[in-house]
Amino acid sequence: MKALNENIPVECEQIDPQEVKQELLKKYPTKVARKRAKQIIVNKVTEEQEMPEIGANTRTIPGIITQRGCTYAGCKGVILGPTRDIVNITHGPIGCGFYSWLTRRNQTRPDGPDDANFMTYCFSTDMQEENIVFGGEKKLRAAIQEAYDLFKPKAISIFSTCPVGLIGDDVHSVAREMKEKLGINIFGFSCEGYKGVSQSAGHHIANNGIFKNVVGLNDNVKEGKYKINLLGEYNIGGDAFEIDRILNDCEISVVSTFSGNSTYDQFANAHTADLNTIMCHRSINYVAEMMETKFGIPWIKINFIGAAATAKSLRKIANYFENEELKQRVEEVIAREMPEVIKVRDEVRARCEGKVAMLFVGGSRAHHYQELFKEIGMKTISAGYEFAHRDDYEGRAVLPSIKVDADSRNIEELEVHADPERFRPRKTDEQLKKLQDEGFRFKDYDGMMREMADRSLVIDDISQYESEQLIEIYKPAIFCAGIKEKFAIQKKGIPMKQLHSYDSGGPYAGFKGAINFYREIDRMVNSQIWKSIKAPWQENPELAAKYACD
Amino acid sequence: MLLRHTTKEITERSALTINPAKTCQPIGAMYAALGIHGCLPHSHGSQGCCAYHRSALTRHYKEPVMAATSSFTEGASVFGGQANLVQAIDNIFTVYEPEVIAVHTTCLSETIGDDIPQITRKAEADGKIPQGKYVIHVNTPSYVGTHVTGFANMTKAMVDYFAESAGQKIDQINIIPGYVEPSDMEEIKRIAQMMGVRVVMFPDTSKVLNRPQTGKYDMFPEGGVTVEALKTTGDSLATIGLGRLASGPAAQALDTKCNVPCEILDLPIGFKATDRFVDTLRKTLGITVPDIINNERGQLLDIVTDMHQYFYGKKVALAGDPDHLIALTEFLVSIDMWPIHIVTGTSGKKFESRIREITKDSPYTTNVKAPGDMFLLHQWIKNEPADLLMGNTYMKYIARDEDIPLVRMGFPILDRIGHSYFPIVGYRGGMRLLEKILDAILDRQDRDAPEESFELVM
Repeated sequence: MKALNENIPVECEQIDPQEVKQELLKKYPTKVARKRAKQIIVNKVTEEQEMPEIGANTRTIPGIITQRGCTYAGCKGVILGPTRDIVNITHGPIGCGFYSWLTRRNQTRPDGPDDANFMTYCFSTDMQEENIVFGGEKKLRAAIQEAYDLFKPKAISIFSTCPVGLIGDDVHSVAREMKEKLGINIFGFSCEGYKGVSQSAGHHIANNGIFKNVVGLNDNVKEGKYKINLLGEYNIGGDAFEIDRILNDCEISVVSTFSGNSTYDQFANAHTADLNTIMCHRSINYVAEMMETKFGIPWIKINFIGAAATAKSLRKIANYFENEELKQRVEEVIAREMPEVIKVRDEVRARCEGKVAMLFVGGSRAHHYQELFKEIGMKTISAGYEFAHRDDYEGRAVLPSIKVDADSRNIEELEVHADPERFRPRKTDEQLKKLQDEGFRFKDYDGMMREMADRSLVIDDISQYESEQLIEIYKPAIFCAGIKEKFAIQKKGIPMKQLHSYDSGGPYAGFKGAINFYREIDRMVNSQIWKSIKAPWQENPELAAKYACD
Repeated sequence: MLLRHTTKEITERSALTINPAKTCQPIGAMYAALGIHGCLPHSHGSQGCCAYHRSALTRHYKEPVMAATSSFTEGASVFGGQANLVQAIDNIFTVYEPEVIAVHTTCLSETIGDDIPQITRKAEADGKIPQGKYVIHVNTPSYVGTHVTGFANMTKAMVDYFAESAGQKIDQINIIPGYVEPSDMEEIKRIAQMMGVRVVMFPDTSKVLNRPQTGKYDMFPEGGVTVEALKTTGDSLATIGLGRLASGPAAQALDTKCNVPCEILDLPIGFKATDRFVDTLRKTLGITVPDIINNERGQLLDIVTDMHQYFYGKKVALAGDPDHLIALTEFLVSIDMWPIHIVTGTSGKKFESRIREITKDSPYTTNVKAPGDMFLLHQWIKNEPADLLMGNTYMKYIARDEDIPLVRMGFPILDRIGHSYFPIVGYRGGMRLLEKILDAILDRQDRDAPEESFELVM
């Protein structure tokens, strides 16, 4: 028998993950069990870097309680939600606009009191029955006019909800017509909730729309020696502010962030950056690919979740620019930041070492946050994404072998060519080759599974039922997911950390974020309250009267 | 400023809703369905609807909110959602084992015209519904009405599916509590109990959405009205529906279906509406009001007489649901506060006239709009400032920009606790409301008073 992996904690060693998998499946109807079996994988990475194939980005099973949301949520809520100066009009009945109103904690910092900020507002056409029966285009047109008259924004965007696609409202032609009429940029998204299998489709539709309608419209080149875009960072709890702070100190300029704390002009100007750095591979890798083809900007994967990962990412950016002064500056910043990180990390580690974590969230967070847990000595024995694709699990090497199914085919793939005026290679072929020979990797993402221990369970689109079973079997010290899962987990006596909204905490990115996260996990897994769940009389129910009548 | 683009100048809007004072039908249906014991709500539409409703309810209650979805894809949207719903019913009964699945529709399934009873019959014919288990449904198109309508419709579905008459009257009454918090439902039951009345309350989300931390999680908790109890509602002596919009349809349906006479009252918020509720119980059942209730009523009035100077003439701006706003406005007027701006997102012909009726003898004019939105409310406030805001958490943006204290009530409350544990209905609920109002007003006075008139005793 192969020696048990050192990353699997002692108390979990005796648990056979294959048996756990069978346990998770056994209650399901046969068809469901067959499908879920492909999405529940016992991790094993061979020396040749091969691993089992995981089922991902496939349809959610009706009736099996899922974490997933819809395409509209991915498009309007996730990608365009954090942009402050576009008036985002939801075209549909009131609910969709209402639920995506300020609920994702994207922080923004307008430049001054006169800078536009519409993020606190919810705009909706509030479609009524007559709009469904007779069409909603007229109301949409009027709503755009009213929004323009009231706010005079730089841009207006329109988000289609389910019935819009069904009744055939052409939001794109309304957008074109009103753009012509009002002279501002107006564009629509066909992000009806039923498209795709999860919010991932919505990310794609949103990013395609921004790429098509905004990127490249502003050719002003900003000052700055080392200009990058930060892609796939949404500034939950101020993450992007902390990353900006560190990058500023390194004298690296961020031209645009997609899309935390972003503005319309940043998107329009994004093609002037010299490097695209990707935080969340899932939600945006295709934008980086398109920007490389169209404008000649290379891309690399970075990760600012975890102090070590932050340092590594900074060094990678510095290496790309091949400038000794920058490399020196980056080392100074890391050297300045790390002592405090190490101090808190070691203090917290003493209380958290060896404890078990589970992470089921998002399309990159379930991977990135394992770094932070590792830094305080905690072990991730099971993890999975809510809406990721196989490449996020198995790495980009698997991309050519992913079959495009009917649901994915519905999502537009843009055909992109080099821009005749704006394409500019950032490095010569020789420079690129030299960098690669030195071990520098472009377009690299190895996925989550390579970094997880053998025998850990990797579960895609985990269900409520499976979460409950896992907790019963492994009794982790902490479980990470989203708001819908939070209180059922905590009712079982297991602390549950939200990694979408951070439970109103954060930032957790960068160096200061790492410190925040260590302290937060320490608070959660070592809280006194879990010891007080039972009342004294429940602990010791035997009766003995101190004062009694004879 | 958080709402920096809100202008003082008010322009007519016919198409654009800004900062809504409402949400869509299905979430109300989901909330009501959670008030049936052993029930799993099911959203027949895209999975995003279900995710959004669960998230919103979870944030409001800080409790598990379980519900399933048909997870429509583009194919289902074209060919209909039958296969999805039949599979969902099979999976839910196999894996989660509820007693009841309460299906509500969405704008998606309504637009394509899915026939839920037909699909349910198919599921039954295919043997997907175990013996003794139920699938009920309600149509809740999101483009009709609001979350209040959804609540009313799901509550009516409980009558349509379960109420039956065995011909023999039972010594009990039905109370439909309205779209109120689990704490309010508990309080309404407590009042009835104190009067010695046996009650079937439906829906009943107490002990569902205000559960204790026990270290154990049961997907189907102790609370909720049982199917057995729902079946007996047809033989109850009477039905009291609290809140015309939320409870009216179910109360009337029960009258039509099983000849149970109904009284539809305002939500018992404030002493006048609570008086009417208590008096209706008294007259319906011919019972005496016990001293304990008189005592609670007296305590509530005592707060008003003791602290009247702080309520008198204070201008209040309100947003919320019609049933709440009607009772609340009456309460505020009865203690000499001035509700000057009132919006609800739910349209209702009678709402505006009812508010005008309640405020007709007041020495001020009241702006009222149904349907209106919070953008309009904010504009009104910019034109005539208020001393106090009352409404859901989204009002905190107005509160901060305009520097006006806010008392949170309604749905959703995302940033404070209390609403699921402490009621605002009944006399004791009225006391809690007054405490909150006074805290807000007196904290503000303490903050703003010049040093020489900073009062120790208030």
